[in-house]
Amino acid sequence: MKAIKNIGLVIFLIGLGIFTALPLIGTFKLDQSTFDKIVAEKRIKSELFITDITKNVVGKEFQGMQSISPLVSAAIENANTQHVKNKEYKKKIYTKPSDMATLIGKRSGNGFIANNKGTMWFLTFGLGIIGALLFIIPNVILLGKKGIKNDGIYHESATNKGWVAWLVFIFLVGFYLILYFKSEYATNWTYLVDPISESLSGNPAGHWFVYGFMYCVIMTVMAIRMYIKYRHNMYQMVRTTSVLFFQIVFAFLIPEIMVRLQMPYYDFKNAFPLDYDFFFSWNLKQLLNSGGIGLFILVWGIVLTLVVVPVMVYFFGKRWYCSWVCGCGGLAETLGDPYRQHSSKSLFSWKIERWLIHGVLLFAVVMTGMTLYSFFAETSTVLGIKTQSIQNTYSLAIGSIFAGVIGTGFYPIFGNRVWCRFGCPLAAYLGFVQRFKSRFRITTNGGQCISCGNCSTYCEQGIDVRAYAQKGENIVRSSCVGCGVCSAVCPRGVLKLENGPLEGRINPTEVLLGNDVDLMELTNKK
Amino acid sequence: MENIVIIGNGIAGITAARHIRKNSDKKITVVSAETDYFFSRTALMYIYMGHMKFEHTQPYENWFWKKNRIDLVKAFVTQVNHEDKKLVLQDGNTINYDKLIIATGSKPNKFGWPGQDLPGVQGLYSKQDLDQLEANAPDNKTCKRAVIVGGGLIGIEMAEMLRSRKIPVTFLVRENSFWNGVLPSGESQMINEHILEHHIDLRLETNLVEILADENGRAKAVTTDKGDTIECTVVGLTAGVSPNIDFLKESGIAIGRGVKVNRFLETNIPDIYAIGDCAEQHEGIGQRRPIEAVWYTGRMMGETVAQTICGNKIEYKPGHWFNSAKFLDLEYQTYGWVFSEQNKKENEQHFHWRHATEKICVTIAFDKDSKQFLGINTFGIRMRHEIFNRWLSEKRDINHIMEFLKDANFDPEFFAAYENEIISKFNSEFGTHITPKKKSWKRIFSNA
Repeated sequence: MKAIKNIGLVIFLIGLGIFTALPLIGTFKLDQSTFDKIVAEKRIKSELFITDITKNVVGKEFQGMQSISPLVSAAIENANTQHVKNKEYKKKIYTKPSDMATLIGKRSGNGFIANNKGTMWFLTFGLGIIGALLFIIPNVILLGKKGIKNDGIYHESATNKGWVAWLVFIFLVGFYLILYFKSEYATNWTYLVDPISESLSGNPAGHWFVYGFMYCVIMTVMAIRMYIKYRHNMYQMVRTTSVLFFQIVFAFLIPEIMVRLQMPYYDFKNAFPLDYDFFFSWNLKQLLNSGGIGLFILVWGIVLTLVVVPVMVYFFGKRWYCSWVCGCGGLAETLGDPYRQHSSKSLFSWKIERWLIHGVLLFAVVMTGMTLYSFFAETSTVLGIKTQSIQNTYSLAIGSIFAGVIGTGFYPIFGNRVWCRFGCPLAAYLGFVQRFKSRFRITTNGGQCISCGNCSTYCEQGIDVRAYAQKGENIVRSSCVGCGVCSAVCPRGVLKLENGPLEGRINPTEVLLGNDVDLMELTNKK
Repeated sequence: MENIVIIGNGIAGITAARHIRKNSDKKITVVSAETDYFFSRTALMYIYMGHMKFEHTQPYENWFWKKNRIDLVKAFVTQVNHEDKKLVLQDGNTINYDKLIIATGSKPNKFGWPGQDLPGVQGLYSKQDLDQLEANAPDNKTCKRAVIVGGGLIGIEMAEMLRSRKIPVTFLVRENSFWNGVLPSGESQMINEHILEHHIDLRLETNLVEILADENGRAKAVTTDKGDTIECTVVGLTAGVSPNIDFLKESGIAIGRGVKVNRFLETNIPDIYAIGDCAEQHEGIGQRRPIEAVWYTGRMMGETVAQTICGNKIEYKPGHWFNSAKFLDLEYQTYGWVFSEQNKKENEQHFHWRHATEKICVTIAFDKDSKQFLGINTFGIRMRHEIFNRWLSEKRDINHIMEFLKDANFDPEFFAAYENEIISKFNSEFGTHITPKKKSWKRIFSNA
């Protein structure tokens, strides 16, 4: 069994190694006709740029994106400098150098990788999946009897912020940096999934398709790990199935299929303000120009945020979204599960959390207000501030860096819910409802707590669950996503997630159940 | 300002300190030689098993103590001088007090076995014991086998700990079935099976005779009364605990096995109180033992003594008995009294249900004649403390318990429920026709 695990690990690492090498290898050759097409598509009027690329790039063979990307950037920059100098603003190229390189790269790959997509898929995704499963499945036997299996978590380098964790951290951060800021390096990755993308939407894959596909694959594999680890706990089994379903069907398949049907790309479960650009004018225009379905999406998006979300939170707590439906939550609960213990439980972190997450919510609301004002008043500024620049700041700082690079990249160091806890504006909104008007609570079972700390340690949201449990108090916290792990790891059966009456939901106590009845009455009535 | 000194920073002492602070402005000093800060003793096993780090077992952040003006002194008290109202510390310093609370907890029992003090032989109670186990048994290469002596809660915890590092464990249990002095036989039998499932070499009705030393004077083997010699690197002595009160022998404070206290937790000396594991009631309260070495009772005594010290003199009057534990993967809870066959009174009748394949069972005790519900033991099904507490106070009969059993279920959502099965077995055994009522929030939260 142990041997199978080790073989699996080696196979996985080979797959991962090839995947990791891909951004820097591969043959690219841009031919004239392809370039002409790009010029026409992008309506490039800069003859400087065209000459530059024709002279330096077209017809030549390049090894790796790193040899072609700087040439494209330089061509754009040189051309733009010249055009600005000559006041030829119409010739200026507004496509970002990285996007241009991505476009050129995608059309010019012609080596082994671009011509053997199936094989390459197998050597990366295939080996990764097979290796990971070989690593994970022997746990059915190796973990022994069903029950809580946290042995050795603080002894393993990977789960105790050791060197493995730091390598994972570097990999994840690097991956997100490529995805958000240097997508041309993802070109080879897109080839791997071209056939899949074409079968779904009819289009070749872009780097966001790679991300979406990878997301589903990782969640599926890590969900299998969850099923094995928590096989004694039906709540975890059902919940894991739910997040997996919503990711694959709602976040991945439906939007791609909608594109094939000439409809707008839309994830029906992605609620504003997590879906922060829902009200951006380009999106509104697209929806308004998409006929019935566009209008439906527009209405659904608004109803989802204003009605469905709060009503569901009233009945079930924010868990219905954050740990049953949401994609960010889905990744956190599968890929992130081995890292849940790293969320800081200090009071200090809680203070930061409240400032940050509500700050982001405020930011999102103000930005959206400006966006809508600009849209209806047909102006590009509000009180002298450019709406576009606020949107760009949000997209960069919150949408990309916070949610992606930090949110997921920092899993092995800060835990798996950094984004959900400190940044997600939707979580902040749901949190208000959960804290002030919801039937959800984690019930503390009378006086049974022994203050062991398992619940707090494994709370991914950094809630000091024990602080409540040892006082016999129910846990009613805006940040709780209802993952149910505190209840699972409790050795004494103290915690239970439940939806009950509002009355008595918050129950501060002085003396716990089990003591003298008179004393309890005396102290608790004060 | 009155000066309260507490010896011991375990759950009893710290609960007392916290509640005195809540109710007064007195000066509070907690003296402990074990650790700088309060930690949860019951969680020590999880540190060795890698579930947590030591810091995670500390329920309060380090700033908490200063903020709440609870002074922590790391020192070992060697003497209590009640005439001058002062403590003498090992380093020669003294601490004065106006009121003293003794909350020094327990120490592992040693019954005079030859070799019981050899290196490699240890109990598992304190942080120091944990550190020692980490040194004695870091992995299964250093520790080829461990022998655990004493089939109680700490013994099985220690076995679980060592097994988490794949160390072979032999478990010597005096009784003919695990913990059957406390548990009814059906439950005890189920745990026997579960121990074996975890590849622990369980030896029932086996006593330790001697611990043998190797040429370096370390434990190398044990011999048993069955005539076996078992080679091992570590010997765990887990045959119960007794009050940790050696330093009080000459103090004039009345001691028996523990520090003798009355119902107000007062010792024979004015202004000196004792709480937690180390306190011994003159007579057991209700069906409780005079010494209760349980987390919950330590906490309750702390809650109570704080009231007395803050001027609201109150008796220690624990409510209905409850307890919990975890045997490897099996969670156990108990509410009210369920006695083992050895200890149960004549009128106590049991109803026992066990799942056909899973390690899940329930034993309910009730009065043979009046049918009054006496208590429940539950393994693998979590139950609601408040509900059973209420039923015990209301002196409900067994039929009522059965009828409303679904209200008491505290398992996580989506878990398989067994009430119907339990009740149908009860009906067939006792010729009743009880139909279980659906769970009702209204009932659960009435009086809550």
